[in-house]
Order: sequence, then C-alpha cells, then structure tokens
Amino acid sequence: MFLSEVLMYIGLVVVFPGFLFTAAIGLAAVWVDRKVSARIQWRVGPPWYQPIADIVKLLSKETVVGQNSARFTFLSAPFIGLAAVVVLATILWMASICPATGFVGDIVVLLYLLYVPSLAIIIGGSASGNPFGALGASREMKLLLAYEASFLVAVFTLVLKSGGILSLGGLVEYQQSYGPMIAQGPSAIIAFIVTLVYLPAKLGVGAFDIPEAECELIAGPYTEYSGAPLAAFKLIRAMLMAVLPVFIITLFAGSAWNPWAILWFVLILVALIVFKNTNPRLRIDQALRFFWGPLLVLSLVGIALAAVGL
Amino acid sequence: MTVKDGKQLGKLSRWALKKSPWVFHLNAGSCNNCDIEVLDALTPKYDLERFGVTLVGSPRHADILLVTGVVTMQTLPRVLHVYEQVARPCLVVAIGACANSCGIFDGSYHVVGPLDKVIPVDVYIPGCPPKPEAIIDGVVKGLSKL
Repeated sequence: MFLSEVLMYIGLVVVFPGFLFTAAIGLAAVWVDRKVSARIQWRVGPPWYQPIADIVKLLSKETVVGQNSARFTFLSAPFIGLAAVVVLATILWMASICPATGFVGDIVVLLYLLYVPSLAIIIGGSASGNPFGALGASREMKLLLAYEASFLVAVFTLVLKSGGILSLGGLVEYQQSYGPMIAQGPSAIIAFIVTLVYLPAKLGVGAFDIPEAECELIAGPYTEYSGAPLAAFKLIRAMLMAVLPVFIITLFAGSAWNPWAILWFVLILVALIVFKNTNPRLRIDQALRFFWGPLLVLSLVGIALAAVGL
Repeated sequence: MTVKDGKQLGKLSRWALKKSPWVFHLNAGSCNNCDIEVLDALTPKYDLERFGVTLVGSPRHADILLVTGVVTMQTLPRVLHVYEQVARPCLVVAIGACANSCGIFDGSYHVVGPLDKVIPVDVYIPGCPPKPEAIIDGVVKGLSKL
C-alpha cells in the first residue's frame, strides 16, 4: 500500500505529467520555435530531432569547471532549477487533469517555483567567476525584478475576479461552471495582455533577450557552462516553454487537459515566435522602465476594475 | 588528436555530436577574408541550421573550433588558451592558406607558424579565402571521421 503510493508519486513526477511528458512537449515547442523562425527568415530550418540531438550531445560532452568558479554552487545551480521546473510542471498538470488534487494556496507555491529557474540562472552566472556571467546574472536579476510585479498583480486580478479562490484546481472548477476567465470582463482581458508580455520576458527571448545577449555578453550567465549542466539549462528553457503557456491556459481558459487547449497552446506559441522574430533587444533600463511604468499601471487598472466587479 | 576522443564515444553520443555541431570562430591573425567567408557560410543562403550547426559565442559550448589566419606571436597565447577551454571532444578546423601553411606570411618576423605547429588539427581547408562550400565540405568530412 505504502510502496505503491510512493511509486505512484515517483511516476507522477518523473514520467507523467512531470519530467518526461513536459520535456517532450517543451522540446517539441523548441523545435517549432526554431523551425518557424527559420521559415520567417526564408530558410529551411533544423530537422525535428534537433533539440534532442543538442541535449544528448551536451550530456556526452566534457564538463569544464573554471579555475575561478565556485565549484559546488556552479554545478548544482542548473539541477536545482531543473528540479523546481519538474515540480512546477507536475503541480500544474495535475490541477488540470484532476482539479481535486489542488490545495489552497498552490498558486502561491507555483509563483514561488517560477522564481527558482531565474534564481538558478542568477546563482550559476554569479558562481561561474566569469565577468560575462556576472553581468548576465545582474541583468537577469533586474529583469526578474522588472517583470514580476505586473505579473503578480495580473494573477491576483484573477483571484479577485473569481471571488478569492487561491487554488489552481479551484480556478479550473470555477471556469468549468462559469465559463473561461478571459470572457469575464475587461479586467481579465487586461490581465491576459499583461501575462502575454510576461511570457517572453520570463523565457528571455525577443526584446527581452537581455541577460543572454549573445552579441554583447557571449552567452551571459551560461558562458562558463559546458556539458551536462548546460544541457540542464537548455532543458529548463525547453520545459518553461511548455509550462508557461500551460499556466496561462489554466488561468485564462480553464483546464489545459482538453482538445481546445492544444489550439490555445499553438496560438500562444505562434504569438511568442512572431514577437521574438520581429523585435530587437531592449536595453535593461528600457525594459525596467517599460515594466514598472506602462505595464504596471495597466495591471493596476485591471485589478481596480476587478475590485469594482468588472 | 581530438578525433581519437570522438572514437571513444558511444553510438548515440556520436550520432548526437554529428547532428549538432556547434562552431566557435577564432581569428588567430587572419586578414579577415576567411572570417567573412565563415560568416558567409552561416548566412540563410547556406542555412547550416539544417544540419544543426549553430554559431556559439563561448568556447565552452563549442564542438568545432574554426581557426583562421597564421598564428602570430601576439595571438599564440590566446589560441592556446581558447583551445584549452573547449569542452572535449572537439574538432579543430584550419581554414585558409595561412592557417594551413602560413600562406604569403611565411617567414615573416611575427609569425609563429601554421596552426598544426601549435595545436592538433583535424581538417585542413585550403584557399585564399576558401569558398563557403569548401568550408561546409571540410566540416562535413571532419565530422565523418568521428
């Protein structure tokens, strides 16, 4: 009895819907991203197995640790980030598949778990002992401080709108009985817009490619990474590409475990790819001003509208 | 020799290495002509991402080191430094007449020698400068040695 329960939880985290399932979706999303980007640039683009080949190759390569790196922190940071994303994916999918597993406050847990990959990048970059890594880490930190405020306001707009439901499973059930969140007035639409802007900033693509900035900072926080730790960072990025759209779908369109969610997922991914390919990189101060200025004001307008019941 | 490291890999790892070669471009004292041809080979016209080739900025991420130019006394320590930083297994490709045999700079006061005098080289691509097709061909041949 006890053993079978333990095995079930391990299966939930490692195979479905946790690590393997989400990684497969994420790697597919990475491939779609690269392929569509290539088509936009009038190229053919990589074959479907490209992200898998990249990960396998990195796993089989040597891991070099620099002389100035803080060895333990440097090597453990990417795996801590990966573990957080796996837990995040499991909780998120379970809220869609079986809303009864949600617990009060799991939205707060998810919001905290979303911090961990960014923290892993900051810690890894700082521990690498490389000036480019340190600069990338500092930019990632500023970007995190920039986009997080308006996103938190947007999420709590929804909580307010649903009458104070603080669990993701509860929100899914609420939307099953009252219709999707996005169709429930202007405040939800404002929250949706704010969340859509949050998505590329969290992933660090397009205009918000500021920490990695390959033509200024080599590879930013990843500069010193090679082999398996770099593969872990690539997997984190790939899994976030699956997890973040699913989070948005769960918040705004109800359960992510129905056929319509696939359409939503593709729409969000296409919006992300088009944004990525048409917007040049912002400077970090411009990004800060944008998030703390117009976007925060917009999200506060949204929560004010939700407070008066719109 | 770096190809020997490649031979020790398992079947899956060797397939992955061939399908996802990330290149790092190192100028060891070139006149920039070969560098322009390397960049040309990475443009959408040739679209090397079809074969998984990506230009990376950090030698730690590289699988293939593309070296252009004669090794000069100024760049010698840098070339060695970058070569030591690349995660193994890696291929070293000498691009252009200078990297292969010093070209017209042979015997100059500042020249240390052709690239293979300094670090082990797997592929030689002659030409002044080699065409992008020749660079792609050389890299493919180097990968098929693995």
